[in-house]
Amino acid sequence: MSKHKSLLVSPPSVITEPPLARAVLSAAALAFLTLFLILPVVVVFTEALAKGFRSYFATFADPDALAAIKLTLIVAGISVPVNTVFGIAASWAIAKFEFSGKSLLITLIDLPFSISPVVSGLIYVLLFGAQGVLGPWLKAHGIEIIFALPGIVLATIFVTFPFVARELIPLMQEQGNTDEEAALTLGASGWQAFMTVTLPNIRWGLLYGVLLCNARAMGEFGAVSVVSGHIRGLTNTMPLHVEILYNEYNFAAAFAMASLLTLLALITLAAKTLLEMRYGDALARTPRH
Amino acid sequence: MNLRLKQPSVLPGFGLTLGYTLFYLSLIVLLPLAALIAEAARLGLSGIWQVASEPRVLAALRTSFGLAFAAALTDCVFGLLVAWILTRYDFPGRRFLDAAVDLPFALPTAVAGISLATLYAPNGSIGVMLAEFGIKVAFTPGGIFIALVFVALPFTVRTVQPLINEIDRNLEEASATLGASRLQTVWRILLPMLAPALLTGFALAFARSVSEYGSVIFIAGNLPYVSEIAPVLVVIKLEEFNFPGATAIAVIMLAIAFIVLLAINLTQAWSRRRFGHV
Amino acid sequence: MEIRVVDVAKDFGRTGALRGVSLGIKDGELIALLGPSGSGKTTLLRVIAGLEAPTAGAVFFDGVDSTGVPVQRRRIGFVFQNYALFKHMSVADNIAYGLNIRSRAERPQQAVIRKRVQELLDLVQLSDLGQRYPRQLSGGQQQRVALARALAVEPRVLLLDEPFGALDAKVRKDLRRWLRELHDRTGHTTVFVTHDQEEALELADRVAILNRGKLEQVGTPDEVYDNPATAFVMSFVGDTSSVAVECVGTNLLHDGRRFDASFAGLCQGPGRLYARPADIEIGSPTEGRLLGRVINVHRTASGRRAQVSVGSDADVVDAEVAVDMALAAGDTVGLVVIRGRVFPS
Repeated sequence: MSKHKSLLVSPPSVITEPPLARAVLSAAALAFLTLFLILPVVVVFTEALAKGFRSYFATFADPDALAAIKLTLIVAGISVPVNTVFGIAASWAIAKFEFSGKSLLITLIDLPFSISPVVSGLIYVLLFGAQGVLGPWLKAHGIEIIFALPGIVLATIFVTFPFVARELIPLMQEQGNTDEEAALTLGASGWQAFMTVTLPNIRWGLLYGVLLCNARAMGEFGAVSVVSGHIRGLTNTMPLHVEILYNEYNFAAAFAMASLLTLLALITLAAKTLLEMRYGDALARTPRH
Repeated sequence: MNLRLKQPSVLPGFGLTLGYTLFYLSLIVLLPLAALIAEAARLGLSGIWQVASEPRVLAALRTSFGLAFAAALTDCVFGLLVAWILTRYDFPGRRFLDAAVDLPFALPTAVAGISLATLYAPNGSIGVMLAEFGIKVAFTPGGIFIALVFVALPFTVRTVQPLINEIDRNLEEASATLGASRLQTVWRILLPMLAPALLTGFALAFARSVSEYGSVIFIAGNLPYVSEIAPVLVVIKLEEFNFPGATAIAVIMLAIAFIVLLAINLTQAWSRRRFGHV
Repeated sequence: MEIRVVDVAKDFGRTGALRGVSLGIKDGELIALLGPSGSGKTTLLRVIAGLEAPTAGAVFFDGVDSTGVPVQRRRIGFVFQNYALFKHMSVADNIAYGLNIRSRAERPQQAVIRKRVQELLDLVQLSDLGQRYPRQLSGGQQQRVALARALAVEPRVLLLDEPFGALDAKVRKDLRRWLRELHDRTGHTTVFVTHDQEEALELADRVAILNRGKLEQVGTPDEVYDNPATAFVMSFVGDTSSVAVECVGTNLLHDGRRFDASFAGLCQGPGRLYARPADIEIGSPTEGRLLGRVINVHRTASGRRAQVSVGSDADVVDAEVAVDMALAAGDTVGLVVIRGRVFPS
C-alpha cells in the first residue's frame, strides 16, 4: 500500500446532493408517496376485512354481486380481444407503410385519452339513446343499446381501444420492416410472415398492451356509469356495483368488491414490472401512457 | 386522407389493415363524435353560451379547472421530487415504489374514490387527525384536490423520469469545475433542462384532472356551487334528459382542454427549435 | 502551476483503474496522458480534477495537498469529450457561467464579464457567435466554446479529456494545431488525455504512457519513441514488429539458431526482439540471418511493405521494402535487424 495517504477526507461526489439534503428529499418524497399512494390501497383491504373473513366471502355469494362480476368478465372478454385485433391491424398499417394522413390517424387513436370518461359515455347516449340520433330507429326494431349490454361494451371499447395500438405502434416502428421483408424473400406469404416473424417479435409488447387494456376495461367507471342505467343485477359492472354498495352505506361489502379490483390492479402492475425488467428491450423504447 | 401509399411496399396487407382500422374508428369514434358535433351545432354558440352562463355551470367549471390547475401544479412539484429520488438514489424498496407510482393509473377510479372518501371522512384515519386542526376535507373542494393529486401523479412522474435518467452527468461535472455549488447546478442547469418535460407533465396531469369523475364523486359530496365538478353536472343533465345542456358543458370542457394543450404544444415546439431538445 | 501526483490508486469495485501512479507535471508544460482504453488515463485526469476521489495517494497543487479539496475550489478548467455545453444557454452565457455564479463579493461587474466573454470569443475565433445556441454550432465550434468557458475562470491548469475524440479527422487535425498555438500564447499548464499516439507525439512537450493503471514511461516524444522503457511503450508508440527470441550472453537465438542483429536492451533467457519496419531489411536467406517466408507484399501510404512469417512460431513481421526490389508471396528471405530493442518476456 502507498505510504503517502492524504490527511484530508475525500471530497464528496460532485453529481449528487450532500447527504443531509438527500435524506430530507427522500423523506419528503416517501411521506408523499405513502400518504397519497400506499395508504389508499391499504385502506381497501382493511375496510374489506373490517367485518371478518366470513362476511368478506359472503359478499360474493350475493346474486347481484355475482351478476356484476359476470358482467365485468363478459364486457372485458369482448372488448379486449376486439381491441387487440384492432391494435394489431392499426399498428401494421401505421408502422409498416408510408402514407399521408398518418399523424391524423394517430391523433384519432389517441383521442379517448383526451376525453373525459363521462363525455365518452355521453357521445354514445347522444347516438343510441332514446332521444338520440338513432334512438327512434332502434326502438322501432326492438334493439336496446343504451341501458343494456351492447352499450356498456361499446363504451368500454371506446375508452380502451388505444392501449394495444399505443404500445405496438412505436414498437413495430422501432423494429422496422427488414424481418418481414426477409421472410417474404424466402417465400412466405403475408400472413405467414406476420404469424411467424412479426408476432414473435411483438409478443411481449402485445402482452403488455393487453394487460393494460384489460385492467382498464374491467375498471372503467365513468363511461359505463353513463350508459348503463345502473339496473341492479342486469347492467351493473363491478365498479358500478361498488358505487351502489357504498351509497347504501354497505361499506364492508363495497370494499370487498373493490378489493377484487384492487387485486387485479396489483397483479397487472406486478406483471407490467416483470415484463419491463425481463424483456425491457422487447418493449417500445418510448411507451406512452 | 390520401389512401395511396407514398412509396410502393412489398409487404402485403395494407389495404386490409388500413381498411379495417378506418372502419373500426369510424364506427367506434367518428360516428358517436359526429352525434356530439351535430348536437353542438344544433345548439350553436348562443345555445352553448346560454348553458355556460348558468351560475351553477359556471361554478362547476371554475371548480373543475381551478382545482385541476392546482392539483397539476402540486403533482409537478412532488412528481419531480419523486422522479428524482427514484432515478438518482438507491434504497431498499426502490423498485417497489417505482412500480407503485403507476397505481393511480391501474386502479379503477371508483375504488380510488371510495378509498379516499373513507380515509378523509370525518371519522376516517386521516380525517380524524385533520379534524384536530379544524380541517375538513371530505365534501369540500379540498377533497377534490386530494383525489386529483392522486389521479394525476403518474403523469408528471413518468414524463420527467426518462429525462432525469438521460441527463448527461458531464454537464453537472462541468458546472462543478466552473465553481458552482450543488444548489447552483440544480437551479441553473438541471431544472431548466427538465422544464419542458415538466410542462408536458403538467399538461397531461391537467387534462386528466379536468376529466376525472370516478375518484372525485365520492369524496366531493357534489354540493352544487361548492364541490361540484363539471363532469358531474354533465351526468346530472343527462339524467334529466337535458341533452343540449349536457352537450354544451361537454363541448366547453373539450374546448378549454384543447386550448391549454395546444398552447403547451406550441411552447414545446418553440423550445425544441431553439434549444434542440424536448 | 506545477502538479504532483503521488502514488495515486483508484478502485472501482473489483477493477483497479489506477495502481500506484506517481507523476510530476511542470508549470506551463503541455503533457499528454496516452494509453489504450482501460489504461486509467481518464481516471487519472479526473482524480487530478477532483471529479473522482483516489482510494490512496495524494495530489499536490504547487506543493499544497489538494486531495480533499472539492472540485469547485481547485480552480481548474475541464473540457469534456462531448463538450458538455449548457444547451439552454447562449454561447456567451455558457462562457460567462463560471463568472456569473460567483458570490457577490467575488463576482466582477456585468460590464467586465461581458468584456471578458468577448475577449475569449476572439481568442477562440468565434467572435460573432456569442448569441447563438450550442445546437446551432458545429462540433469543432462547440469544443472551442467549451475551451473558452473553461478559460473564463482563469484556471491554474487546463484538463482536457479526449477533446477531439468526437470530431471528424480533418477538424481534429485543425484543432490540434490550434490548441498548440493557443497553449504557446497563453502558457497554461495543460494536461490532455488521448488514445491517439500521433496526436500525443505531435502536440505534447512530454508524453506519459499508461497501461492497465500503471505508468509505463514519461518523457519527450523523442524519448519515448527512440528509447522506450518497456515492451508496451515500444509497441504502443509507432509501428513495431517483434519476434520471440532466446537471449544467451550477447547473442540472440531464434529457433535455436543464432542470428545477427543490432539491438539495445538487456535480457537473459526468453525475450522478444522489437524493431520498426523501417529498421528491418530484407535480403537473401543466408547464414546468420533471420529466415522467413513472405506472406504478401503490399502498398502503404508511404511506400511498400512485406509481411514475413518467421520460423515455426508464426511471428509475423512487417518490413519496409525498397520500391525497386523484386519480391513475391512465397519467397524465402533473410531478415536483418539494423536497429532493434530486446525486452525479457
